[in-house]
Amino acid sequence: MATESIKYLTPETETKLKSKAFPRPHQNTSGIVNWLTTIDHKKIGVMYGMAALFFLILGGIEALLIRSQLWSHNMEVLSNREYNQMFTMHGTTMVFLVIMPLSAAFFNFIMPLQIGARDVAFPRMNTLSLWCFIAGGITLNLSWFFTGGAPAIGWFGYAPLTDTRFAEVFLDMGPDFWIFSLQILGLASLLASFNFITTIINMRAPGMTMMRLPVFTWMTLIVSFLIILAFPAITIALVELMFDRTYGTNFYDFLEGGKPHLWQHLFWIFGHPEVYILILPAMGIVSEIIPVFSRKPLFGYGLIIFSGAIIGFMGFAVWSHHMFTTGMGIVATSAFSILTMLIAIPTGIKIFNWIGTMWGGRIRFETPMLFALGFITMFMVGGFTGIMHSSVPIDAQHQDSYFVVAHFHYVLIGGALFGLFAGFYFWLPKLTGKMLNEKLGKFVFTLMFIGFNVTFFPMHYLGMIGQPRRTHSYNEGHGFEAWNQIATIGAFVLGVGILIGVYQFVTAFFNKKLKDAGKNPWDARTLEWTLSSPVKEYNFARTPIIKSRDQAWENNYGPKENHSEKVPLDDHGVHMPDRSWYPLVSGLGFLGLVLGLLFHQSIDSNTGEILRNYTFAIAGGSIAIFGIIMWSLEGPAGYHLFPKETEE
Amino acid sequence: MSEASAHALEHHEPETSTGIPNKKVLMWAFLGSDCMFFGTLISTHLIYRKISATVGGNFLDIRDIFDIELTSFSTFILLASSLFMALAVSAIHKGNLSSTRWMLFGTIIFGAIFLACQVYEFTHFVHGKENKFGDLEHQLTLSSYAGESEQQGKDAVAKPHVFGSTFYVLTGTHGTHVAIGVFWLLGWFAYSFTGKMSTADALDIECCGLYWHFVDIVWILIFPVVYLMEYAF
Ligand code: HEM
Ligand SMILES: [Cu+2]
Repeated sequence: MATESIKYLTPETETKLKSKAFPRPHQNTSGIVNWLTTIDHKKIGVMYGMAALFFLILGGIEALLIRSQLWSHNMEVLSNREYNQMFTMHGTTMVFLVIMPLSAAFFNFIMPLQIGARDVAFPRMNTLSLWCFIAGGITLNLSWFFTGGAPAIGWFGYAPLTDTRFAEVFLDMGPDFWIFSLQILGLASLLASFNFITTIINMRAPGMTMMRLPVFTWMTLIVSFLIILAFPAITIALVELMFDRTYGTNFYDFLEGGKPHLWQHLFWIFGHPEVYILILPAMGIVSEIIPVFSRKPLFGYGLIIFSGAIIGFMGFAVWSHHMFTTGMGIVATSAFSILTMLIAIPTGIKIFNWIGTMWGGRIRFETPMLFALGFITMFMVGGFTGIMHSSVPIDAQHQDSYFVVAHFHYVLIGGALFGLFAGFYFWLPKLTGKMLNEKLGKFVFTLMFIGFNVTFFPMHYLGMIGQPRRTHSYNEGHGFEAWNQIATIGAFVLGVGILIGVYQFVTAFFNKKLKDAGKNPWDARTLEWTLSSPVKEYNFARTPIIKSRDQAWENNYGPKENHSEKVPLDDHGVHMPDRSWYPLVSGLGFLGLVLGLLFHQSIDSNTGEILRNYTFAIAGGSIAIFGIIMWSLEGPAGYHLFPKETEE
Repeated sequence: MSEASAHALEHHEPETSTGIPNKKVLMWAFLGSDCMFFGTLISTHLIYRKISATVGGNFLDIRDIFDIELTSFSTFILLASSLFMALAVSAIHKGNLSSTRWMLFGTIIFGAIFLACQVYEFTHFVHGKENKFGDLEHQLTLSSYAGESEQQGKDAVAKPHVFGSTFYVLTGTHGTHVAIGVFWLLGWFAYSFTGKMSTADALDIECCGLYWHFVDIVWILIFPVVYLMEYAF
C-alpha cells in the first residue's frame, strides 16, 4: 500500500520502558502479527465486522433449528430444553454478537473518516474493546460444552428462571456463562463508546462543526451516549444476579424477600435504550445512503439529528412498556403507555424526512439504495406494530405471543440488519477498493426481502390467533400449522440470502475480478469519499479544513468558497502511534478472569460442601492488570510519515 | 521542568476541537457512566429498604447493627483525603514534585484508613454483637440476618434477609472503587521516585483526581441515604 515517497522514520519518541517480553512490532509487520497488534481503526473495524458476520451465521443456524422445530404440531427436532437454549442463544447472539458489533464495525471504520481524523482518540483502547468483544463471544458459546449446556433462560434472563433452585440440571452453568459473557461484552461496548464520544467531540477537523457532522457520525455519538448510560443498569443487575447465584444473596429470590420484578425493571431500563442502540446506527447509515442515491441533500438534516437525540433521550423513559402485564398499577402503566406512543413521533419525523429527501430526486436503484428502501418500509411495519402494543389493553393480547416476535423482527431484521447490509454494499468499495457485483447484490436483496416477509408477516396472524412465543411445541387443532410452515420456508430463503450476502462481503477482500472503485464510485457526499479506496493507513495526507456539510459533493459541484482546504504539514509530518501487544494481553487476561470466576466453584464429593478456588481468576486478573500497567508505561510512542499531498 | 518534557507534552496532547484534553473528556464520560452504576445500586437499596424490612417474620432494625460513630469518622477521613488530592493536583501543575509526592501519599493513607474502617465494619457486622450473656446476635451476612438471641447460652439464629445483600453489594462496590483509586495513586507515588515525573504528567494526575473526587461525592450520597436515613425515617 505504501508508495516509495513515504519515508518511514524510526520511532522518535522513545518508549518509556522497553519490554523484552513484548517488543512493539514494526509498523510494517505483516501477517497475523499485523492483525493481532494493530491499533488502526480501519483494521479493527474489519475484524469487528468479520467476527460479527461469523456470529450472524451461527445465530442464523440456531434460528433455522427453531423454525424447524415449529414446522408442525408436536415436533421433536429439539427437546424442550434444547429449544429453550436455542432461542436464548439465538437472541443473545443476534443482539450482542451481531447487530451491536456490526454497528461498531461501521463506527470504527467510517466515523473517523467522516470527521477528518487520523484515528480514534485512544487507539489501543479501541483494540482492547475488540478483544473483549471476541472474548465475550467465545465465553457465551463455550457454555454449550459444560454442565447444563447453553443457558435456557431467554435473552432477557427473567428471574426466577435464573434462580439456582429452579435449575433443570444440577449445578447448571449456562446462566453463569450468560452473565459473564454479557459482562465482558458490556466492557467492550463501554470502552468503545468512551472512545467514540471523545473522538467525535474532540478530534473533528478544523471547520467540522457539530452541525456539519454527517448524520451517521451524529448517530454514532448518540448511540455511544446511550451505551454508557444504559449498560450500567444491566451490569449491576448482572452483578446482583451473580451474587445471588454464587454467594447466596437474595436480590431476586422471592422465597427470601427478593423481588423478581426488580430484575425486569433493571433489565428493561437497559433493554429499551438497547433497542435504540440497535436501530440508530442503521438509521444513520440510511440517512447517508438516501441522499446519495436521490442526488439531493438530506431533507431536514437538523430535524433528523434532533429527533435522533429525542429518541435516545425518551428511550430511557419507556422501559415499562415491556411490563404492562406484570401489574405495575394503573398510574405507572398509563404513563409508560403515553410516553411510548409519544416516542413514535420523532421516529415518524425521520421517516418523513427520508421520503422528503427522495421526493423529486433522481433516484438510482442500486443495491445500497434497495436495502435502504427495504429498511424504510420494513421498519415502518415494525414501528406500526410497536405503536399498537403501546396501548395497554391491546398489549395484554399481544404480550408473549408471536405478534411481538413479528414486531421485533420487523425492526431488527427489516430495520437494523437491512440498514447494516445497505452499509456494507455502500461502504465496502471504500474498504476494499473494489465494487461489489451489482447483480449478485440485487439477488441477495430479493431473496432477503421475500424470505424475510414470508417468514415474519404470518407471525402477526399467528400471534393474533394465539400462538405463544418461547414455547417448544403446539398441539393439533389450533390451525397453527400452515402459517408456521410458510414461515419456516421463508426463514430458509432468508437464510440463503444472508449466506450469499456474507459470502459476497467476505470474498470482496480477495476477489481479483471485481472492478476498481476509485475514490467516489457513487458520487457520494461526505468526507470519506474524498479519500482513495482503500484508504491509506494515515487516512488524510493533510488534515482537511471543512467548509460545508456535504464536503465531497461541494468539492465536485459546489462554488469555490465551499471547497475544502488543507492544513499544511509541519516538520513533524503525520504522527502515527505504534502498534502494541498489550491490548491483546489485557484482553486475554480478562478472558482468563472470567473463565476463572466461572470455574472457581467445585463440590467436595464427600461432604457436599462448595469449595472455592480463585487461583485462575486471580491469575487472569493479574495478567489484565499487568497488561494495563505495561500499556500505560509504554505510552503511545509512534513514528512519522511524510506523504505527498496527493497521496490520500 | 525540563525542555524535553515540555516538548513531550506538546507532542502527546494534540490540539482538540474543544480545547479540552482527550483524557479529560474520557474521564468525564466514564464518570457519567459510573453515576448510572451507583444510581442502579442505590435505587436497588432504597427499593428494598422498607419493602423487605421484614422477611418471613424476621424483622431487622438496622440501628441494631450500624456503628454510626465509626462510619461518621471514616466519612470524615474520606472527605479529608479529597483535600490532599486537590493539593497534589495543584502541586504537580506548579511543578513542585516533592509536594506532589507527599500529597499523593496523604491521599493514599487516608484512603487506606477509610478502607480499613470498611473492612472492620464488614467483619463486625458479619460476626454480630455479644449480648450481656456473651451470646452473639445481630449478625448480618450477604443472605441472612440474625435478630436477638432467644435463649441464654445460644447465639441468635440466622434467617433469610435482603438488607445484607443490598448493603454489602452497594458499599462493597464503592469500597472497590476506593481500592482501585488507592492502587492508582500508589502507582503514581511509586512513579514519583523514578525521577521521570514532570509537569507532563499533570493531566494524568488531574484525571486521577477527578476519579478520586467522584468516588468521594458518591460516598457523600451513600452516607446519608444508607446510614443516616435509618435514624431519621
Ligand atoms: C415506534 C417505536 C417502537 C415502539 C412504540 C415499540 C414498542 C414495543 C412494545 C410496547 C413492546 C412490548 C411488547 C410486549 O412484550 O408485549 C416491544 C417489544 C420489543 N421491541 Fe419494540 N417498539 C418500537 C421500536 C422498536 C425498535 C426500533 C426495536 C429494535 C430495533 C424494537 C425491539 C423490540 C424488541 C426486541 C421487543 C421484544 C423484547 C422481548 O420481549 O424479548 N422495538 N416494543
Ligand atoms: Cu421497548
